[in-house]
Amino acid sequence: MDHLGYLAAAYSAFFVVIFLYVVFLWRRQHALEVELRALEARLKSRASGASARGGEPPSTD
Amino acid sequence: MASSITRIQLGRATLVLMLAALTMIFIYVPTEADQGVVQRIFYFHVPSAWISFGAFALVAIASAFYLWLGDQPWDDLAYAAAECGMVFCTLFIITGSLWARPIWGAWWTWDSRLTTSLILWLLYVGYLALRNMADDTPQVARFAAVVGIVGALDIPVIIVSVRLWRTIHPSVIVTREGGRGLEDPRMIATLLVAVVAFTALFAWLLTLRVCELRARSRLNDLRREFALAEAAAGGR
Repeated sequence: MDHLGYLAAAYSAFFVVIFLYVVFLWRRQHALEVELRALEARLKSRASGASARGGEPPSTD
Repeated sequence: MASSITRIQLGRATLVLMLAALTMIFIYVPTEADQGVVQRIFYFHVPSAWISFGAFALVAIASAFYLWLGDQPWDDLAYAAAECGMVFCTLFIITGSLWARPIWGAWWTWDSRLTTSLILWLLYVGYLALRNMADDTPQVARFAAVVGIVGALDIPVIIVSVRLWRTIHPSVIVTREGGRGLEDPRMIATLLVAVVAFTALFAWLLTLRVCELRARSRLNDLRREFALAEAAAGGR
């Protein structure tokens, strides 16, 4: 009995699924980090703009 | 920073362990006499199944703690474990099917263990569909936690299914007659190394997913903060 094709398919399927899942996680994490940084920067510039005008910084409660 | 270092170290350990497992599977372990080389699927199929059972048990435990304490980290852990568990559950069904075709002559059969495994897969597809399609509210999280706990009740059924019902699925550790499923010590050692490698892989994936959920939570907090700041500026 020699079924090398099935063996190769099983191991290939395993690594392909894991690879795709890691890429999927990495892309989602990257997109989140980009959005986080942009939002943090906007909040910071808004706060510094408010303090430069002499007003109180916006409430963050 | 600390979590980033942990992720990198866990990733490296996983890589080394996976390489060790592959070396043992393809070089060290002897070829099984009856089934030939295709039996080597066993060393990825069985750890995938065990890891998915462990992952779904973790979902149930974290969900129970979430229902009890109401702390968000428990819900994040349950969600992340369910998603990683689904990856391994899908893999053990795919590898099992690829092993069944040459040995049983069929890709799939409505055998008790296969059917109960498919039910487990469907239950957690439902869990993940609920989490992805509904809004991220505490009510949805509580409902998902109940689904996560109920889904895990299928795990003991899968484990005992080979003894309770007539089945063509083999028993791994102890045969139906009470003997040992694996006789050769090299096969046992290879299986153990593969289980350790898969545990590390699961832990790594789980860490990545939990970090992502925390980043998403932080992003939602910032969005609320920004919306409040906008509203305050508009009201002035």
